[in-house]
Amino acid sequence: MMFLGWLNIYSTTSHETDLSPWSFQTFSGKQIVWIALAIVSAIVLVLIDHRTYDVVAYLIYGIWIVILLLPPLFTTGVKGSVSWIPIGPFRFQPAEWAKCITALAIAKWMSRYEYRLKGWRDLVVPIIFLIVPAIIISVWEKETGSALVFAAFFLMFYREGMSGYVLLIGAAAVILFILVIRLDVVQLSWGIGNVGIIAAMVLIMFIALYFLLFRLELKKESLILTGIIILTYGISCIINIWIPVNFNIISTITATLSALFTLVLAILYRNRDLAIITLFIVGSVIFSFGCKILFPKLPNHQKQRIEVILGLREDPTGVGYNAKQAGIAIGSGGITGKGFRNGTQTSMKYVPEQHTDFIFTTIGEEWGFMGTFAVLALYVAFILRLIQLSERQKDMFSQIYGYCVVSIFIAHIVINIGMVIGLLPVVGIPLPFYSYGGSSMLGFTMLLFIFLNLDAARVEKL
Amino acid sequence: MINETYYKRRYVVTAIFLVVILIYVIRLFFMQVVDQSTKQVANSMALLNQTIYPSRGLIYDRNGELLVYNQPIYDITIIVKQIKQNFDTIGFCNILGITREEFEERMADIQNRKKNRSYSQHTPQLFASQLSKEELSPLQESLHRFKGVNIRKRTLRDYTYNSAAQVLGSVGEVSQKNIEADPYYTRGDYSGQSGLEKTYENYLRGEKGVEIILRDNKGRLQGSYMDGQYDKKPISGGNLITTLDIRLQILAEQLLSGKIGSVVAIEPKTGEILALASNPTWDPKLLVGKQRSENYRKLLNDKTKPLMNRASQAQYSPGSTFKTIQALSALQEKVITPRTIYPCSGPSSTPIRCTHHHGSAINLENAIEQSCNPYFWGAYRDLLEKNKDIIQSFNIWREDIKSFGLGERFKESDIGEQSRGSIPSVELYNKLYGVNRWNSRTIRSLSIGQGEILVTPLQLANQAAAIANEGYYITPHLNKTDSFLTKRHDTKIDKQYFACVKQGMRRVMTNGTGRYYQVDSLQMCGKTGTVQNAHGKDHAIFIGFAPLDNPQIAVAVVVENAGFGATWAAPIASLVMEQYLTDTIQRQEIKQRISTTRLNPDVKE
Repeated sequence: MMFLGWLNIYSTTSHETDLSPWSFQTFSGKQIVWIALAIVSAIVLVLIDHRTYDVVAYLIYGIWIVILLLPPLFTTGVKGSVSWIPIGPFRFQPAEWAKCITALAIAKWMSRYEYRLKGWRDLVVPIIFLIVPAIIISVWEKETGSALVFAAFFLMFYREGMSGYVLLIGAAAVILFILVIRLDVVQLSWGIGNVGIIAAMVLIMFIALYFLLFRLELKKESLILTGIIILTYGISCIINIWIPVNFNIISTITATLSALFTLVLAILYRNRDLAIITLFIVGSVIFSFGCKILFPKLPNHQKQRIEVILGLREDPTGVGYNAKQAGIAIGSGGITGKGFRNGTQTSMKYVPEQHTDFIFTTIGEEWGFMGTFAVLALYVAFILRLIQLSERQKDMFSQIYGYCVVSIFIAHIVINIGMVIGLLPVVGIPLPFYSYGGSSMLGFTMLLFIFLNLDAARVEKL
Repeated sequence: MINETYYKRRYVVTAIFLVVILIYVIRLFFMQVVDQSTKQVANSMALLNQTIYPSRGLIYDRNGELLVYNQPIYDITIIVKQIKQNFDTIGFCNILGITREEFEERMADIQNRKKNRSYSQHTPQLFASQLSKEELSPLQESLHRFKGVNIRKRTLRDYTYNSAAQVLGSVGEVSQKNIEADPYYTRGDYSGQSGLEKTYENYLRGEKGVEIILRDNKGRLQGSYMDGQYDKKPISGGNLITTLDIRLQILAEQLLSGKIGSVVAIEPKTGEILALASNPTWDPKLLVGKQRSENYRKLLNDKTKPLMNRASQAQYSPGSTFKTIQALSALQEKVITPRTIYPCSGPSSTPIRCTHHHGSAINLENAIEQSCNPYFWGAYRDLLEKNKDIIQSFNIWREDIKSFGLGERFKESDIGEQSRGSIPSVELYNKLYGVNRWNSRTIRSLSIGQGEILVTPLQLANQAAAIANEGYYITPHLNKTDSFLTKRHDTKIDKQYFACVKQGMRRVMTNGTGRYYQVDSLQMCGKTGTVQNAHGKDHAIFIGFAPLDNPQIAVAVVVENAGFGATWAAPIASLVMEQYLTDTIQRQEIKQRISTTRLNPDVKE
């Protein structure tokens, strides 16, 4: 029953697959071959005994790590990326399958009988499992986009018991990064300093104060810390009337003072949480300055992509071309779109990587807002169903693997669409079920149908 | 269920995902529904609106002779990308009759982005422009051998006769002003720049069609958009039948050759202009195609001002031809009768001496015949002094004169280039001499058509038509089919007074200054004029009509700085009338003599 339901969702979405690369006769032809292949492999994957996956997980993982090392030896590279192995007329991208294989390996490790996710030590092995292929893919194969997807596994770790602070710290890191880089160009009009770094420091201290006051309920201590902060800034402002003050330094000093203060408190009260706050402040300050110093040293094309997204750079012909063209194509679709095969922007190849990473623009242009909304709604239904299925698994292996599937799909959907609509930097990863490409197609099929197999096996175990 | 501890975290994961998707939906809503700007950007990028030009209307003369038509010309375009492989350059050069070096030079120009801003190696680039059918035909036969070479057809104006250049006008590329005035035009369009081409631009041009073509990211054209659903077929321009008689026009221009001047012929009953000739003129073919701009500059700089349509734009004092309507005004205001006599003492008359040696005119007819200056001075003086107040009398006279269409443009007329002429007003003389500081004697020159009065040849011809019609004229016009133009204007002179003046004009031709150039059977009537001016010899002027009983043609002729009107203007008018009425010229020797006489060395043939 459940399997049929799944097939339904899959067929709904995959049915649109052969519509989406409509304007590309050769691509859509190949894509039909891929779909056929995907269906065959899906059947095979479902028919294989579910225990097989558990058994061979490590073995395949090991083999795959070796395979991942191969592509740069075979190809000269396409657009800087060297992740392909040419097989006849097709090009095979092992990185697309690595996610599934890594998921199996991690699921196997974490479903060992004695395994309990209690602290960060329990995460070391799984993180190694995922970081090895990620590093190979991003550094050795120069395919940053695919490597980014591995970060999605943290969503699964969180579900399985990893501290929520990890996600929060991740979010904080992103916010601090954006603050520091985006506002770095804004100079203080009164005194010396960059708004970016100052804002970051102030934010760090506010977070520290929040935990001090509401989580640890140390009212007196919070008051003292507030006093210290106001005092340093107040004095600097007064001095600034006569002598220009570098507020970058003042903010850093204030943050350091706050860290010292919490450290003293931690030692006095022998409180672990206070020590963590201290660590947080110090870490954040170092991170902020790290961003400020290291960002200009990034490879040029990555730096530019980030700058375009943050609005620091206007570049319609260069780096921003993809995003701009995608925006025009989607925007021109209007509410109802231009109709099937009538998209002018997409069929006239204004949007680069039209049939692969930017396939969402075709939907946007030809089907309009109704189309994009419907596709997003389908994805939401799909993801919610996957979460529900994962939750009802009876054994750890299936559940952890299920959440890996959820995380990977979420990452693909969020990153791909986010990039197409200009909210995220342009990184080349495919949109599940829509983008052209055999490797990713088969990769998603593997992910999904192994999970369906495991789900079907759940009944046997009852 | 396993892992119950963290069961609630499924909601957190779900919530994070849902929030992100919600943000995306909002973002998409703004991009697709709220923001309209991208739609235009998209259209301008991917859709190329290719204009299809309609064929411009043809122009015919009153007898159905084709005057102006369209000739096809051809541009050769090449797609650089395609001719880079296996192109038979030598064969191509041989066929076009150019050398290899010329070919390379042209190619370099095409690919030079400074000279050719819209260069793209994927789109057709102009290689050679405005080739005639003859020049093109060898290439057309072997076009299949040259992949990437295309032929683009356009049309240019062509003319059957080397005649009527000013009347027909020319077609040229639209100026920035044209574009601003009428959004129909875009850069590179053609429109009528003068003459009938300009007046009837909206009628002749038709309506442009458009073909919407998809264009890809490299600028390559990819076929029609939505199967041509939004394309528009061009609508051809309307044909124009003019009132001109092209043979009369050619004759008039022939007679004017070597002289500066103009001939206007009007059919009095209809106001249709039969000929509107102005010399110096040009071959209308000169202002077409690639040589247009250079020739235009030459014409513009020519000191004889050929671009000016003298027939309707040049202004002269009418001289003695003015005496005809002076007589009519005096009759109308009852200061003279046909039998009134004023004494003439020949050259010793005061205050205006008579240039002719004749006895005192015995009546008005005789005075017109002899063009007696003292007679018309006397009549004008009496007219102005009829009322105590000279201003009142002057204004009555002025209204009489203006009712012949003088001093104003013909507002309903389709002649684009017109001058107003000028009939002096009370205000003018008040300004010149001071209020109450002038009297009839001060402005006595007006009595014989000299002084501050200015008319155009067109107005003179119209005046002759009004006399021929005995009291009215129809707005002179050039479009034979537009009934809105045939508006009747009545003069302020009663019909009864015309017979006497017409008789006088008849006697000019039988006994007076025009007697050498009349054809008796045609009952020609006329009045010569010899106008003093500041630019040298007198202007020769003639107005007339024929036949007396049932006028078919009214004519005005002006030959600048030629001398006596009787010598130079009268024969031209006479020949024009003969041609129109009899469809032939009997007096070939006069025609020969006039048309070969060069009076002005500056006038180019």
